[in-house]
Amino acid sequence: MSGAAHHHQDNDFLFKYIFSTDHKMISKQFFITGSFMGLIGMFMSTIFRLQLGFPGESFPFLESFMGNWAPDGILSPDKYLALVTMHGTIMVFFLLTAGLSGTFSNLLIPLQIGARDMASGFLNMLSYWFFFISSCIMIASIFVEGGPASGGWTIYPPLSALPQAIPGSGFGMTLWIVSMALFIVSSLLGSLNYIVTVFNLRTKGMSMTRLPLTIWAFLTTAVIGVLSFPVLFAAVLLLFFDRSLGTSFYLSDIYIAGSALEVDGGSPILFEHLFWFLGHPEVYIILLPSLGITSEVVATSSRKPIFGYRAMIGSILAIAFISFLVWGHHMFVTGMNPFLGAVFTFTTLLVAIPSAVKVFNYLTTLWKGNIKFTPAMLFAIGLVSTFITGGLTGIILGDSTLDINVHDTYFVVGHFHIVMGLSGAFGMFCGIYHWFPKMYGRMLNKNMGYAHFWLTLISSYGIFFPMHFLGLAGLPRRYYSNTEFPMFDNLYDLNEIVTWFAILAAFAQVLFLFNVLYSMFKGPKAPQNPWDSNTLEWTTPVEHIHGNWPGEIPEVHRWPYDYSKVDENGDYIGGADFIPQTVPLGENERDEGH
Amino acid sequence: MAGHSPSIDRKTLWGGGTSPLGVSYGKMMMWFFLVSDALTFSGFLVAYGFMRHRFEEAWPVAEEVFTHFPFLHGDHPLLYVALMTFILIMSSVTMVLAVESGHRMNRKGVILWMALTIVGGLIFLGSQAWEWYHFIHGTEAGAYQLADGTIAQWANEAMTALKLPNGTELMGADLAAAMETATHIQGANLTVNEYGVPLFADFFFFITGFHGTHVFSGVLINFIVFVNVLKGTYEKRGHYEMVEKVGLYWHFVDLVWVFVFTFFYLI
Repeated sequence: MSGAAHHHQDNDFLFKYIFSTDHKMISKQFFITGSFMGLIGMFMSTIFRLQLGFPGESFPFLESFMGNWAPDGILSPDKYLALVTMHGTIMVFFLLTAGLSGTFSNLLIPLQIGARDMASGFLNMLSYWFFFISSCIMIASIFVEGGPASGGWTIYPPLSALPQAIPGSGFGMTLWIVSMALFIVSSLLGSLNYIVTVFNLRTKGMSMTRLPLTIWAFLTTAVIGVLSFPVLFAAVLLLFFDRSLGTSFYLSDIYIAGSALEVDGGSPILFEHLFWFLGHPEVYIILLPSLGITSEVVATSSRKPIFGYRAMIGSILAIAFISFLVWGHHMFVTGMNPFLGAVFTFTTLLVAIPSAVKVFNYLTTLWKGNIKFTPAMLFAIGLVSTFITGGLTGIILGDSTLDINVHDTYFVVGHFHIVMGLSGAFGMFCGIYHWFPKMYGRMLNKNMGYAHFWLTLISSYGIFFPMHFLGLAGLPRRYYSNTEFPMFDNLYDLNEIVTWFAILAAFAQVLFLFNVLYSMFKGPKAPQNPWDSNTLEWTTPVEHIHGNWPGEIPEVHRWPYDYSKVDENGDYIGGADFIPQTVPLGENERDEGH
Repeated sequence: MAGHSPSIDRKTLWGGGTSPLGVSYGKMMMWFFLVSDALTFSGFLVAYGFMRHRFEEAWPVAEEVFTHFPFLHGDHPLLYVALMTFILIMSSVTMVLAVESGHRMNRKGVILWMALTIVGGLIFLGSQAWEWYHFIHGTEAGAYQLADGTIAQWANEAMTALKLPNGTELMGADLAAAMETATHIQGANLTVNEYGVPLFADFFFFITGFHGTHVFSGVLINFIVFVNVLKGTYEKRGHYEMVEKVGLYWHFVDLVWVFVFTFFYLI
């Protein structure tokens, strides 16, 4: 690309904001689109929580904007399922996969490794636009006849494979498949770019063991994505054939209105195997970026080197590897051979080891640190908390003998929302509070940040902690209403409390979005290095420029965690409690990363 | 800086360190893409294995299904598919020669071997179409689908007995009773298959079709690169790395066929 073309891009609105190939702009595009999708997903959950907390009660305002989805202000059962399905799909894929990785991998990979941009800016742009179109199609599917996909975010056949099964199985389901196919293309293009950029475009001196843990996490996430999404693609393509072309990969012995369908011979269990081969690694596609962001923020805000840097890298890689061997724990009740169940139990419980390594390393990094309780740090600590809480119930669910008792109850809902949803979201919030100055050149309002954190922490535990008790009492998930079952009568109050907390959580996120939008334009200007951080992104100018550094790319001389490093007299080396990666090693100084 | 491959020239623009694996980002991207694509095919082939295992009894035997050879009469089990496999593998060889000519900056060599690769790919695609045509068309006698869904074929030319998948033969009164509710089917498509369980046909069309799409796109990309070679684009650029990249894709497509061939025809 010639210099002239560059100048052209700088001046042209269309190429600067819309078809930008600049990773910083693409990161913002992912952030805005992902947040928008997340907002929609969250409001869906508040609406179906109203039905669960106050079953059968009329809320006339629902009818005013949902029309015949909520006749007389009561959400209809069909649309309840539609909302649950779309909430899951949007949150898992659009917010916590594309929104999270898309925002932070794009922003931080080139900035933290010292590259001028992604390896292929063009493919990076395509990745965003595939994601954008995919989002539009998913949203459009809400408005088609019959409504959007309604068979749960896992889209198990036969509900998803037979267009005539339920209202949402028709055109809405087709659009779901189309949208996901485009989403997978977007994810693939993004991941390929992240991987090769990290491998090939690191600046001089930036060896693999001098990379910030964020980059290790993003790199591993991208590899997991490249390996697992194609299998979902395979599953969804076979599903498409079953729906539209009369094959029967997943269908067998189906009777509708008393008469057998022609399709025969397939197996819905096959779909579950293929789906969960993606589905489980997907959990780590969501978690790892959040864990990486947390590592960075915990070290910076404790003013201490991250404890066990190499153990952290090892545990990221171990989690990634094991994540491909555990998918069967989602299928313990499918009639799986108990021996196979035992194998999957074993591999699942293995995940606890690297996860525990990470948690202990966070805690030991915090230990005796000079902790700065910034909003980002609070969310990082919040993540450690949710990761422990959700991880402990994960040990229960990973064990086939225990899982069978609580399978498909609210216990499961509570578990995965805490360990994957909250941890993922907290990591995302943590990243936004920490890197907002880098993204927009302005600071977020701190007090609103504190309010947002405490409201979110309290309300999210208020939502998901009681769900464990609901689940242990046997309350099944995905039911529209539990009023017909006398044994659940004494759970009304608990369900109502959960709904109140859900409403509170929604308001807290509105506060956050207000903070983001307000600070984007009116926030105080960001200083060069607001958190006294060591990593390379804080050496770039606050105002974004093409190529990130105005002159030469800085050379890296040390790992990124030299915080509070003292010499033999106990004085800070370099005169401050942090030494940026660009500062050469002193005479008697040891390189800690190697 | 530019030690490994001339294409890393752009690195001076980045000012970054050198690539640890000694390859340009484009080639590395291709490798990771192929890993991803391999996982998609694995998904299909695992699904195929899963289903075949469920219907071990009724699964058609490939030697009895694919017996045609163009311009020849009689049974030639798997002969034609062996030939087209051979042609596809040979096209991989010509691709290697094209890449090698590129390394030596021998433009004429690249043109020749790329052209042969494209021809090989086209022959394979044509053969696949021919194979599909005969599979869809079926045998002259066809088969009967009994009321319970099993497929039975005539046991002999005289049409006095129907052979069931489990080996037993229906004759006389049993035959007449069965024929009353049976439907005659000929050939295979996505819903019926005269050679046995419909899933065999489903997977055959799906997987060979998906592979065929890959071959088709491979031929297309090869052709685009071929045109660029003719125009001298890579001569100007100073290296033929693009030929190497499409070569990787082409070898991958051939390798996948080896697996598809093994699972569908040989095992």
